Amino acid sequence: MKILYFAWLRTEIGKSSEDISLPAGIQTVNDLLNWLPERGNNYAQALQKRDLLRIAINQDYADLDQKIHDSDEVAIFPPVTGG
Amino acid sequence: MIRVQSEDFDLSLEVRKLTEENPAIGAVTAFIGLVRDIAGGTEISSMTLEHYPGMTEKMLREIETEAHQRWNLDASLIIHRYGQLAPGDQIVLVVTCSKHRKAAFESCEFLMDFLKTKAPFWKLEETPEGGKWVDARDGDTKATERWLKS
Repeated sequence: MKILYFAWLRTEIGKSSEDISLPAGIQTVNDLLNWLPERGNNYAQALQKRDLLRIAINQDYADLDQKIHDSDEVAIFPPVTGG
Repeated sequence: MIRVQSEDFDLSLEVRKLTEENPAIGAVTAFIGLVRDIAGGTEISSMTLEHYPGMTEKMLREIETEAHQRWNLDASLIIHRYGQLAPGDQIVLVVTCSKHRKAAFESCEFLMDFLKTKAPFWKLEETPEGGKWVDARDGDTKATERWLKS
């Protein structure tokens, strides 16, 4: 799965994207957000403000209970501030 | 029409291009957002806009399609810049064209409200204390919700 990070999530995690193979049992956005912090302190730190995380699957906004697949592009980012 | 670009834009040129081949247009509303030099009492030397290429265009197209479903518009244009900008620089342009003014006024405001809460852009302000990511504003979310009730 391709995961993208933007804005302060990108700087705190220290990368803008990565390709990872999903471990068995990771089926939803919520599962992913619970699992990612195991990858390191920078992940745990960046992902702890859950209410400030927005998720997109294949470039559409997604809910926490939405299913994810290895072929998906998942993006994690803070609330948007354009305009 | 939507454009995501680092280059500046020219309002009068864009309006002329939208209207010159459609004499049915009787009303044009335009909104331009600019970089301010002060935010939350702090001086800003520059602002960098990051975005999500692909999703940005997709969201802007969806928002524009929705505006055309809600109002009878003859033309519309959204231009949003990315990259490093200085105070006074133009960030965003929204233009709506219709036969009469009401549709143009309302849809322009709708497009800006939705753009501010849906389009994946993030602002990083360069201040004397270093770079600071801009927080989303509750007011922007409320402005968008207003359109959902009606």
